[in-house]
Amino acid sequence: MNDLIWVAIKFMFEKLLRIDRRIIFLFVLIALIVPLFLNISQHIAISPEVRDIYDSLRKLQPGSRVLLAFDYDPPSAPELQPMAVAVMKYCFKHNLKVIIMGLWPQGPLQANLAIESIKRDKEFKDNPPIYDKDYVNLGYMTGNELVIQGMGTDIQRTFPRDYLGNPTSSLSVMKGITNFSNIDFIFNLSAGYPGTVEWVLFAVDRFHAKLSAGNTAVQAPQVYPYVHSGQLSGLAGGLKGAAELEKLLGFYGKGTKFMLSQSFAHIVVIFFIIVGNVAYFATRGKKKK
Amino acid sequence: MEFGFTFSNTLAAILTIGIISFLWRDNPLYKLCEALFVGVSAGYWFVSLYYQNLLPQLFDKLGLTLIITPHADVKEGALQVLFKQGRFDERILYIFAGILGIMMLMRLFPNLGWVSRWPLAFIVGTTSGLYFTTYFQSNAMAQLKSTIIPLNSINNIVIVVGTVCGLIYFYFSKEHKGVLGGAAKVGTWFLMVTFGASFGYTVMSRMSLLIGRIDFIFSTWLGLVK
Repeated sequence: MNDLIWVAIKFMFEKLLRIDRRIIFLFVLIALIVPLFLNISQHIAISPEVRDIYDSLRKLQPGSRVLLAFDYDPPSAPELQPMAVAVMKYCFKHNLKVIIMGLWPQGPLQANLAIESIKRDKEFKDNPPIYDKDYVNLGYMTGNELVIQGMGTDIQRTFPRDYLGNPTSSLSVMKGITNFSNIDFIFNLSAGYPGTVEWVLFAVDRFHAKLSAGNTAVQAPQVYPYVHSGQLSGLAGGLKGAAELEKLLGFYGKGTKFMLSQSFAHIVVIFFIIVGNVAYFATRGKKKK
Repeated sequence: MEFGFTFSNTLAAILTIGIISFLWRDNPLYKLCEALFVGVSAGYWFVSLYYQNLLPQLFDKLGLTLIITPHADVKEGALQVLFKQGRFDERILYIFAGILGIMMLMRLFPNLGWVSRWPLAFIVGTTSGLYFTTYFQSNAMAQLKSTIIPLNSINNIVIVVGTVCGLIYFYFSKEHKGVLGGAAKVGTWFLMVTFGASFGYTVMSRMSLLIGRIDFIFSTWLGLVK
């Protein structure tokens, strides 16, 4: 009888080990799509690294200058755009002056998309952010880490004109800003090189700027050691970081919305890893006998 | 961003589905989307590099834009200052950057390929000089400093043990036997956990990208999800 049960289990496990990978893809796809239609709220635990970002933002006085470095492009937008929108909303709501720039050519365009979405938001419809009053966009500058190095000496010389072609010296938000010593807080949204590592190396360690970062999940493990060493004042990693940031800042957006899909997909992946390993070890053990 | 069945949204949705269709099997739609992606990317980067690098950083500064086509933003370039007023303008130094750039393109000609080694040597030299002290300060000294901590919490113990054992694993001057072998073994475990965490984050990241595209199809294009 036991042998019969074992044969049945073995047959099932062998079938599982030969399962077409496309069936797994299908399960993951379903796990990603279905939660988008569900109206379930998921508990999001706040990590100390994300709380550090919130604490840094909370300490800023109205009128403080916040530099937002957009070092990513559309492929990384699902992870980083929710962070950008949440931080920008917080800045506009608390009257912090936002200076946008990018070391990636498409970064400042992502910033414009974020501002467009904020202007459509009900909360900001009556009081939309105004260019050169609430924010400026200095655009993209070629030169990677050398741009950060240049900004440490003279920001207006590094960015002589803004995104629209206006001389930087004529912008009211930029009045009195020479270098990083006149910037109260830097938030870097990064998807690779040049990004957070370069900002830590040049802006923080060389010019003692205060920096927090939002990173893609792929890059986050590389950047975590800088948080522990105190070089980075907080880090939001991936979609989870975005959802945490949205929760803390009080602006629920796509980060929170996508987390349910992410969690469902992770459950499916973990399930298949466990089943695959059980099936592998069970059938291997029997073969050895 | 527009919502609904606009031309751009429909095209983007078809291209997204085309790329994802590779998961089923290689097919002509995927091939078409892949070729389009490569072609558009090459074109985009060429235009982007010209208008955001060469034009403002070299041609405008030297005044070449002024010679070729009168440009509203450029009043005077380094060449105009030099030839019309006879004064040396520091922007003329950009001419050396231009020459180094042209030398780099010599790789395209097999007989002159060796010329490209000069600008490469310049890049390697300046980058090493720029990074040497910065890397040492940020990635060695600062990290070392943050490991010198009191062993009064589990977190701190894990950090110290993990760092020491990880370093021992990469110490090859003595055979990994006895205490050294044990520590190296522990180091291996720490490394495995690190790689596992990195892999987990990578899975999370890739899922996020897929969620972004799915959200585009169901929210922006089809309007099924609010």
